[in-house]
Amino acid sequence: MSTTTTVSDRTPAPQLSGRLTAAKLPRWAPAGVAVLSIAVGCVIGAGAGLASHIQWGLISALLFVVLSFGLSAKVEGVRQAKDRLATSLIWVAFILAVVPLVSLVVYTVQQGAGVVDGNFLNHSMRGVLQSGPGGGIYHALLGTLQQVGLATAIAAPIGLLTAVYLVEYGRGRLAKTVTFFVDVMTGVPSIVAGLFVLSVWILGLGFTYSGFAGSLALAILMMPVVVRSTEEMLRLVPNELREASYALGVPKWKTILRVVIPTAIGGITTGVMLAVARITGETAPVMMLVFVSDSINPDPFNGPQMNLPVYIWQQYSQVNNSFGYARAWGAALVLIAFVMALNLVARGIARWRSPKAGN
Amino acid sequence: MAKRIDVSGLSAFYGGTKAIEDISMTIEPRSVTAFIGPSGCGKSTFLRTLNRMHEVIPGARVEGKVLLDDENLYGPGVDPVAVRRTVGMVFQRPNPFPTMSIYDNVAAGLKLAGVKKKSVLDGIVEQSLKGANLWKEVHNRLNKPGAGLSGGQQQRLCIARAIAVQPEVLLMDEPCSALDPISTLAIEDLIGELKSRFTIVIVTHNMQQAARVSDRTAFFNLAGVGQPGKLIELDDTQRIFSNPSVQATEDYISGRFG
Amino acid sequence: MTSAPPDHPGDRTPASTTPPGQPSTSLRGTGRLGDVLFRLASSGSGVLLLVIMAAIAGFLLYRSGMALSQDKTNFLTTFEWDPDNIVKPSFGIAVLAFGTIVSAAIAMAIAVPIAIGIALFISHYAPRRIAQPFAYLVDLLAAVPSIVYGLWGALYLVPHMAGLNDWLDHYLGWTYVFKVSQHGAPARNLFTVGILLAIMVLPIITAVSREVFRQVPRMHEEAALALGATRWEMVRTAVLPFGRPGIISASMLGLGRALGETIAVATVLSANSKLSLHLLDAGGGTFAQNIALKFGEAGKPGMNALMASGLVLFVITLLVNGGARLIIARRKEYSGANA
Repeated sequence: MSTTTTVSDRTPAPQLSGRLTAAKLPRWAPAGVAVLSIAVGCVIGAGAGLASHIQWGLISALLFVVLSFGLSAKVEGVRQAKDRLATSLIWVAFILAVVPLVSLVVYTVQQGAGVVDGNFLNHSMRGVLQSGPGGGIYHALLGTLQQVGLATAIAAPIGLLTAVYLVEYGRGRLAKTVTFFVDVMTGVPSIVAGLFVLSVWILGLGFTYSGFAGSLALAILMMPVVVRSTEEMLRLVPNELREASYALGVPKWKTILRVVIPTAIGGITTGVMLAVARITGETAPVMMLVFVSDSINPDPFNGPQMNLPVYIWQQYSQVNNSFGYARAWGAALVLIAFVMALNLVARGIARWRSPKAGN
Repeated sequence: MAKRIDVSGLSAFYGGTKAIEDISMTIEPRSVTAFIGPSGCGKSTFLRTLNRMHEVIPGARVEGKVLLDDENLYGPGVDPVAVRRTVGMVFQRPNPFPTMSIYDNVAAGLKLAGVKKKSVLDGIVEQSLKGANLWKEVHNRLNKPGAGLSGGQQQRLCIARAIAVQPEVLLMDEPCSALDPISTLAIEDLIGELKSRFTIVIVTHNMQQAARVSDRTAFFNLAGVGQPGKLIELDDTQRIFSNPSVQATEDYISGRFG
Repeated sequence: MTSAPPDHPGDRTPASTTPPGQPSTSLRGTGRLGDVLFRLASSGSGVLLLVIMAAIAGFLLYRSGMALSQDKTNFLTTFEWDPDNIVKPSFGIAVLAFGTIVSAAIAMAIAVPIAIGIALFISHYAPRRIAQPFAYLVDLLAAVPSIVYGLWGALYLVPHMAGLNDWLDHYLGWTYVFKVSQHGAPARNLFTVGILLAIMVLPIITAVSREVFRQVPRMHEEAALALGATRWEMVRTAVLPFGRPGIISASMLGLGRALGETIAVATVLSANSKLSLHLLDAGGGTFAQNIALKFGEAGKPGMNALMASGLVLFVITLLVNGGARLIIARRKEYSGANA
């Protein structure tokens, strides 16, 4: 395109068809193709004697994608066919994802529902044969609540203050460094946090295994999550609010405590609760630090405790013990219910108290 | 190129609410038709029904007919994708694809339509950028991101992108409202040049602009508070601005409301 | 992900910038001490975080140094893990590194395309009545604890993988990778681990990419549509390029989780110290799984050796996160923020 003269005369218009109408598959076509594919998939599956229904499904899905692409390419042209291909692949992705995720929840409920009862919730494993029936999760439940509570008591203030620092005070190299390492810290594998506390607190300083040791590791995992979410919320607080407060002669720290944080408190609470939900499910670091106990130990600072995820792991680890498996499923159901409830409440709060003047 | 548009009995809805009601008009080829009217009177909505962009919004639908040289855009078997290539559109805020270079922005529509030959693309890109009066400013940085241009340049880039697919009609939805006066002038000059090749429809808030660039002007107004928008009158721009036949038009133009 | 707006609103305030000058005491006075204390407390917390990070790195390094000085074999190439052997302590990360990388790679290969598909499904394809609750469901699933995934993986997924394993062996056995040598053994192998990890990281990758896809300005999508793009072409020209940095950072987030996942791997994998490309045969191991399994019976040298492997895992996740950050930073000029 170096020459500039009369390009318009030289360049032939490309063949863009001027037609507005295009052959189109009828509206029911996708549904029809889907039914056909499933039918053929089942026939092939049954005919070839494939045992797993997952394979039947996969064959049907594949048939559906290929058939609709072919049909559309034939009738509507390649561009439309590609569009349909993308659409059907996206639907297949959706179904592929739903199946295992739903199966996980349904299976846990199925297996666990029969196990969870009053007895299960308010008894420990003290004096219960691991290979026999009975026993419960009370000691683990208590341990989890204490450890998570302690971890939150440590991590939430530190995380909150760090976020305040980043948003309200931070600039220059220190703030950049903190921001960077908060990101890095988010990616620290939980087992590494556990190893760290193990090497410092127990091997280095000579403390014993205890619930508190587990809380330390959980706090390390929780801090960056709290910082991130709180930071985001504080940044949503409009600057005009701060300035209005300064204009009234309120000092900065009081402005932050009385104006900024209360405005963002809904979002901050949500963030903290989501972080709590996340550490509640942590197994590996706690397993290394609280040890294992079958009895109720109400003192998190002294001696081994139990914890729900660790309990599940312990019950699962006795290979081929149906009573152990049953207790594991029961505990898993309780754990999921607890975490989900935390999530639901947290999101409810977020919706209820979201800062509406965000922009 | 350039086709006549015949609209008859057209209404458009957002979910349950009717936004415009029973609009009929004829838009002449190779001319500029301006839509004016108070905010919310449905002129942009109406514009978007002319290339079937209205129905992109979830829950939106259209009743009535839009004939493009005797072919109904809403007829059975009509492919909205083909309609949108035939009826190009320029938006209120310049919206070049942020991840694409200037060249790729202009070539985007052609590439979608399956034009692959580099020489053909080169030619059309140059021709379109020249058509949009942008070639001189960008010819030595075609591979830079389009988002790096100034607002007015970005809008001309969007015009170049729209005319590159060689549409019959060019719809412009308040193309200058986000621009400074100098860029606005550049676009208005450009509209004057483009009308020899395209049927141009422009929505504008600015009555002087309508008076400056358009051959014919349509005035839209709400039938009442909470009522759908309606076409009040369509006439030669000169007559609309000097001697409109409807009182409401005169009130609006003389600034008595709106 | 948060591209850190360098705008720190609080700093433009009189309290922090303008010294009150000389005037009367009534203008200095109240709140000064409070300001100083509060500022110290908040920056102190920031510094504390840095100290913790430094301590983690420092302690792991220190312990690893002790461990490596005792290792009688090459730490990088040795297969077995026997640090507590008094006669000849020998341990290496070859098997663990292989297992970690392979299982994470399988997970990413499966999860990323599917997650992008679901994210698009929610943001652009699904009818709104389905999209909203489904997005909510995905968010909830991101919160399911890994031990539950592990339990489900071991007791439900593993038996159900038998059919697929046989099928892969039958039709793709010639590829070596999918050859099964111990027929009938439960599928406690790296392939199953990879699939389980894929299911686990799917919600988080989906959630993040979905948010990015939602933020694609409507005007870019309309620009594509107005040029005569089909829906897929609109996604390809407007949505995916805009969302690419987000997809990358979401994937890296998922990758970090997959690399560091401990308990779900430990429940599913039947580990040993063999390095085998037969992904469908039980065996192998990952860093995190090895630590979880061995720390209980480890003596002092054993513990140090585990710390050394933990350090390697730590460094790998650091690199992954840093890489994601770099990619995003480099793409910033295209972020469309000024459009």
